Amino acid sequence: MPKTYQLVVIGAGPGGLCAAITAASLGLDVVVLDEQPSPGGQIYRGISQTPDDRSALLGADYQRGADLVAAFKASGAQYWPQTTVWSLNSRREIGILRQGRASIIQAERVIVASGAMERPVPFLGWTLPGVMNAGAAQILLKTAGVVPAQGTVIAGTGPLPLLVAWQYLRAGVKVKAVLELSPGTNLWRAAPYLPGALVAGDYISRGLKYTLDLNKGGVPIYYGVSRLQARGNDRIEAVEYGWDILGSDRRETIITDSLLVHFGVIPRTNLTKAAGCQHIWDRGQQCWRPQVDRWGNTNVPGIAVIGDNAGIGGARSAEHSGRLAALEAARSWHLISTQQRDRQAHNDLKWLRKDLRVRPFLEALYRLPDSLLVPPDDEILVCRCEEISAGQIRQAVREEHGDPNQVKFYLRCGMGPCQGRQCAPAVAQIVAAENKRPVADYTTFRVRPPIRTLTIAQLANLESSES
Amino acid sequence: MFKRLREFNEQTVTVNIEGEDVRVPLGETVAAAVLVHNLGYTRTTPISGAPRAPLCMMGVCFECLMEIDGLPNTQACQVQVAEGMKIRRQQGVGGSDA
Ligand SMILES: Cc1cc2nc3c(=O)[nH]c(=O)nc-3n(C[C@H](O)[C@@H](O)[C@H](O)COP(=O)(O)OP(=O)(O)OC[C@H]3O[C@@H](n4cnc5c(N)ncnc54)[C@H](O)[C@@H]3O)c2cc1C
Ligand code: FES
Repeated sequence: MPKTYQLVVIGAGPGGLCAAITAASLGLDVVVLDEQPSPGGQIYRGISQTPDDRSALLGADYQRGADLVAAFKASGAQYWPQTTVWSLNSRREIGILRQGRASIIQAERVIVASGAMERPVPFLGWTLPGVMNAGAAQILLKTAGVVPAQGTVIAGTGPLPLLVAWQYLRAGVKVKAVLELSPGTNLWRAAPYLPGALVAGDYISRGLKYTLDLNKGGVPIYYGVSRLQARGNDRIEAVEYGWDILGSDRRETIITDSLLVHFGVIPRTNLTKAAGCQHIWDRGQQCWRPQVDRWGNTNVPGIAVIGDNAGIGGARSAEHSGRLAALEAARSWHLISTQQRDRQAHNDLKWLRKDLRVRPFLEALYRLPDSLLVPPDDEILVCRCEEISAGQIRQAVREEHGDPNQVKFYLRCGMGPCQGRQCAPAVAQIVAAENKRPVADYTTFRVRPPIRTLTIAQLANLESSES
Repeated sequence: MFKRLREFNEQTVTVNIEGEDVRVPLGETVAAAVLVHNLGYTRTTPISGAPRAPLCMMGVCFECLMEIDGLPNTQACQVQVAEGMKIRRQQGVGGSDA
């Protein structure tokens, strides 16, 4: 029989940490699992190890994580770092890999807080070494102080490219250009949401500050870029970009051995899909996400999802949703009454609503055009692992493989090591576009555990530990 | 190419990257270490043999698969360096000549 734990939180980002702190304070036995060596999640990666000078250049937003981690350490919740969850099912059995050993634990209740990943957007040359996600480069900066040696170009959409460029500016890293790929018309679509966004906090003023500092620092920012290509043989040698507006097709080239790309973040749904949670297409966020109520509850009893894992709301919202899910957990064991839960939730619900008011603005401002969601050129590699191109996928759809899972089995698209994490969104978009139907009519690939490959030896050990 | 913002004064370990002994700071991931070592690529694809390098640094792209201490298919961005560690690129499916 697997060992049983009362509350297991998957992920030690701001969401998971707040859930654990609150749950522990209400008397629950909490275990927090995270594959990283230290707590903090994506935004506060490596916060407890980062030297002071590096932490300072990352900005005040990053430093905020230190208080959160300190509160977590004092909370009494158990913390298992370097523990990867490779499966979760509707019976709340959790497959974990810890110090090279695979085992299964049982949870009475699970809070999934595994966060988001950078949205994969296939474009010509995106598989060349030297092309990296901007958030990935930021992880190198946060955890290791490692930066591009000969400057870089940052391209894409969303607030993160600006933030990373700003952090590089402070670190003395040359940013040759920032290429903003959201259409210029987004500005008008976003404008009506600006007043709400201003209520949410200092998001807009921070974005403006980053932009002003970049201007002062001589970093060129190009807006409304509609074409992006990485060129090179065995690695990137140049970035080609341009505008196709009103018949003009201006092209520019920058010589660079590094291109960082970012197209917003989307929830990591492999665990929640494996567990049988219902997912819905979110039109604002242009991605699928688990369907949850205000407490994070899903359709699967005892499994809640919070933070960016449940839909992109950012770190502050993750904190609120974590506390709300913890209150609900305590209520489920009658440690607090429903009235007590609601009373204690009052402030978090209020702040959550306020914080989320920036989202419609950001979603409209950084809304991806179809030309980024649906890879336009047939030669673009969509499935990086099995090397399947957009053209092959379109062909398969025309040959009556009219749904993402059919495409997967026909082409092996999404069956490589990443298990479709990098190609699933684009495959669904191509299928929908070819069938001339809304993408919301489809689901992405089915997910079967293990969601992380295990070695034969690990599996063998697992069997003996269970018998 | 990548570099460290400053030379480390932290504790270091010596790892072996494709036959070369390299001193790296303790706590760094293998992916960070090979990027700074300017290895260029970390694996080749099983289908066309194309070179690939780390893309996500958070365990979701599997482009950083390397052979670490003889174990193929290991995500270099999820493993921290250790004294004496042997790090090799993964060629194709990996493990064929191990
Ligand atoms: C690469 C990247 C960089 C980002 N940088 C910033 C930033 O600088 N500023 C900002 O405001 N926002 C940033 N974000 C957005 C981010 O999503 C934040 O909003 C915030 O970190 C979300 O908090 P969270 O608690 O929901 O999840 P996260 O902070 O993402 O935490 C999730 C945790 O779950 C763990 N995990 C995931 N899957 C598993 C598994 N299978 N087994 C074990 N553990 C698992 C992860 O290791 C991670 O620590 C970034 C996102 C990404 C993907
Ligand atoms: S770099 Fe993506 S999995 Fe390691």
